[in-house]
Amino acid sequence: MPEITFLEALRQGLWEEMERDERVFLLGEDIGAYGGAFKVTQGFLDRFGEGRVIDTPIAEAAIVGAAAGAAHMGLRPVAEMQFIDFISCAYDMLTNYVATARYRAGLATPIVVRGPCGGYVRGGPFHSQNPEAAFFHTPGLKIVYPATVRDAKGLIKAAIRDEDPVLYLEHKWLYRRIKDTLPEGEEIVTPLGSARLAREGRDLSIVTYGATVWKSLEAAERLEREDGVSVEVLDLRTLLPLDDDAILATVKKTNKLLIVHEDTRTGGLAGEITARVSERAFEWLDGPVMRVTAHDVPLPYAPTLEDFVLPQTDDIVKAARWLANY
Amino acid sequence: MTVTSVSPRSPALPAGLSRDQLLEMYRYLRLTRTLEERLVALYRQTKVIGGLFRSLGQEGESVASAYALERGANRDILSPLIRNLGAMLVMGAKPIEILRQYMAKGSSPTRGREMNVHFNDLAKGYLGQISHLGDMVPVMAGITLTFRMRGERRVGLVYVGDGATSTGAFHEGLNFAAVQRCPLVVIGEYNHFAYSTPPAKQFAVKDLAEKAKGYGIPAVTVDGNDVLAVYEATKLAADRARAGKGVHFIEVKTFRRKGHAEHDDQSYASPEEVERWATTNDPVDRYVKTLLDHGWVEQRELSDIDASVRDEVDQATDACVEDPLPPPESALADVYADPPAAERLWYRRLFAPAQG
Repeated sequence: MPEITFLEALRQGLWEEMERDERVFLLGEDIGAYGGAFKVTQGFLDRFGEGRVIDTPIAEAAIVGAAAGAAHMGLRPVAEMQFIDFISCAYDMLTNYVATARYRAGLATPIVVRGPCGGYVRGGPFHSQNPEAAFFHTPGLKIVYPATVRDAKGLIKAAIRDEDPVLYLEHKWLYRRIKDTLPEGEEIVTPLGSARLAREGRDLSIVTYGATVWKSLEAAERLEREDGVSVEVLDLRTLLPLDDDAILATVKKTNKLLIVHEDTRTGGLAGEITARVSERAFEWLDGPVMRVTAHDVPLPYAPTLEDFVLPQTDDIVKAARWLANY
Repeated sequence: MTVTSVSPRSPALPAGLSRDQLLEMYRYLRLTRTLEERLVALYRQTKVIGGLFRSLGQEGESVASAYALERGANRDILSPLIRNLGAMLVMGAKPIEILRQYMAKGSSPTRGREMNVHFNDLAKGYLGQISHLGDMVPVMAGITLTFRMRGERRVGLVYVGDGATSTGAFHEGLNFAAVQRCPLVVIGEYNHFAYSTPPAKQFAVKDLAEKAKGYGIPAVTVDGNDVLAVYEATKLAADRARAGKGVHFIEVKTFRRKGHAEHDDQSYASPEEVERWATTNDPVDRYVKTLLDHGWVEQRELSDIDASVRDEVDQATDACVEDPLPPPESALADVYADPPAAERLWYRRLFAPAQG
């Protein structure tokens, strides 16, 4: 079995769903003839035609709004944001129209809005964002954020099949950096709402998602080697809804919790996770719940600045070491 | 500006409409006005929850434009604004549904989750708006894109107010639909007020139709208080859209004779101008005069319709005015298909059952 990249796994997932279900179609900027800014949809136009691979104007609100209308009529649109940073242009459409549709009007809106997110790639303030916190606060949306090759495929397939609107965040630092082999003959569908235990440990839990899953795993190896500290790493995979059971289970097992995310600190998901653990597992904690996040600044461009602002493996090691010794 | 109008005293029936259809349109006009008058009474009795939004003076373009569509199960779909009650009634919304919506009844189409005419029945052919103006243009672009993709001979119609033509969503949606050649008719309602803001502070063009032309969309301006002219223009646009000729824009010039909502005394409007539109350019009065002047219908037939509409609204009111509000805990259901209900907060469980 050949090794494939994270990006290829995503591409395969999209392809298989389009082969499986003729209601699935793609729309977005430069996705057809050009194959997408990152080539996620390369070859799709030739196979599925202009009717199912639609190049759109630069108009994120119209892309998401049109996807919603098509979904009401029984189709399964997958809308690409060329960079997820531009999803803010569709914020109104997603939060006011799409997210409320089932509740206020009984309208099914099974759309997927996907796009490349995240930093560590010198993308500057507008090609590096992690927008999850802006949407995490919106009942009616679901958010998935795969970290592995397997989940890149399994979560896009599950998102397309879901009856509710799903934001699928794909970290561009993982696109071609992460490789794995996937079993042939097995259909991979990762259920929404379930976290993945990425590494078992006894002394301390790291709850994380996206690119920082890999940085946390690296940190865990170092702590094991250098300090003899056994770190458990939980990859959330789905951010909305959060897998409370998995979070509480790891907290009750190790009694110490470090939350790591690439997004900025204030108003980030770590705050919500901390609150839930405080409400439901306070007496299980042997130390304060701590966070490793980006600094609260827009993401700068220069390597020295970006590396300083974003959480690095060293930061996770330092924070986990501090907490382990608490 | 092209203003089309039916010439007086033409012997033949107009616009390919039968006598029954002329009377049916009158019925929807009268039903819209009578139902809103009933809502005013209920509002003053504090039975309406929240605001009441009148379409007084705009009933003509609402009813006539919707009437030009193909109606019935899974035919054309329109997306109304708050002042398009008439269009919803034409598509098959029932007075009792409107009354229940305005009174936030548990039995209302949205089970008390949304207000007034913000509800939908896609099978009958209407998709409720949200309050963010302009947003329905991209959504209707998606619905009509689906018609085109499936090769269905159906069209969509979306209403936008003069104020909404300032929004980004309007422009994005219009352009998207134009590029994709969606079978979509856009009705731009020039009713002179966006809440209180006059057109001169909203845009620098004279006619809304000029905006559409910038997107390569055929556009026409019509006297919005001439029922038959609006019908004809919409029918033509819908026929063309149905035949694969893409998006069409119809500007209807009309006048909102009430405040933004019932609480608003319209102090920003000139009382003389409001009075002038009421006495000389009311769409229902004009339609009645046209029908009678041409001898297309008899006064007795119109009076019979008036009585039957009053009965219908009376019966609908009696049938729902005592309906209960929705049970509080029903607020938690249906945010998602899965999970089926949101979590009840912990402190609401502490003192159950007495405190619920």
